Amino acid sequence: MEKLQSSFKNMALSLTIIAMVAAAALAGVYMLTLENINAQKRAKQEAAKLAVLNGQEGVAVETAVDGFGGQFRVMVGFDAEGNILGYEILEHQETPGLGSHMTHWFKNADKPGQNIIGRKAGALQVSKDGGDVDAITAATISSRAFLKAVNQAYAEQFGAEAHTGASQLHHEEEEVVIIEETEVSHE
Amino acid sequence: MSNGMKVLTNGILKENPTFVLVLGMCPTLATTTSAINGMSMGLATMFVLICSNVVISLLKNLIPDKVRIPAFIVVIATFVTMVQLLMQAYLPAIYDVLGLFIPLIVVNCIVLGRAEAFAAKNSVGLSALDGIGMGLGFTLALTLLGAVRELLGTGACFGLRLFPDNYGALVFVLAPGAFIALAYLMVIINKIQNK
Repeated sequence: MEKLQSSFKNMALSLTIIAMVAAAALAGVYMLTLENINAQKRAKQEAAKLAVLNGQEGVAVETAVDGFGGQFRVMVGFDAEGNILGYEILEHQETPGLGSHMTHWFKNADKPGQNIIGRKAGALQVSKDGGDVDAITAATISSRAFLKAVNQAYAEQFGAEAHTGASQLHHEEEEVVIIEETEVSHE
Repeated sequence: MSNGMKVLTNGILKENPTFVLVLGMCPTLATTTSAINGMSMGLATMFVLICSNVVISLLKNLIPDKVRIPAFIVVIATFVTMVQLLMQAYLPAIYDVLGLFIPLIVVNCIVLGRAEAFAAKNSVGLSALDGIGMGLGFTLALTLLGAVRELLGTGACFGLRLFPDNYGALVFVLAPGAFIALAYLMVIINKIQNK
């Protein structure tokens, strides 16, 4: 078959047909994969929820902060008192080999200095800033951002409740709890 | 079929896209932080390369010369988007790592380069072989580079630990290490080839 000449009609026709076929093919693949892609996203979210709650009663809170390499999203699980049950990093661009260690660093049960599971959230700080959580070696900025995310998640879930609760509370016992919280956050 | 064999091996050794032609450096440097990442990127590119070579070879007489580049780009971009959707749906773990770089296959010079230099002038069969050869060459190069960087940077290879993490030179996982490792690999490959 002869090669088509570069006349205006040929060029327009050829490009239009190629673009139309490409669009149709893409639409087909998109529809074919849509269900699966959504299922994957849901599964990931569900898996993270299960993981952060560690099989216990509680709430999973998702939050985002700016880290060293851009924004990252964390899901944190709390029990009713605001103690951390677990966490998962959903998305991050921290430096591989340094900041990226946060996916497991803060839940290492063998190193109590860096483990935050079971601690009370709200005012967690790295030891460099006067807190009692050991930061990731050579990744203080990522560690700070991570703890900020955990505190933020705590505030999102319990901060507002504690505030509205304070004006309504009459039980002495519960008021004490709230005073303790404000003390901690002032530290 | 010696001609076919020549076309097939051409991309793997004599005109290896990474070590000899030095094309498509962006994904090469960015995705080879570990052997498995490099290999996945190589395979994704190979798939696009084979498909686009075949389709462009089939269409070569229907595409007027003056609009061949936009036509090629549309064909390549279509296959890249398909790879992205399929990967997202069926290989979510790899998509999490490579997701950002998959769209970059569109601008990978190897794909357009082979479309222009080979598929537009040769038969469908030979174009497919060229796609396989070039794709394999690219995959091998990226896997090798990824393996070297993973080994020197973290002490593991394909996730298999050979020495403790702490002894790894982190620079090899970061961007500068990509350039260093690539340069030394090129020196070694050229030395072997020139013998």
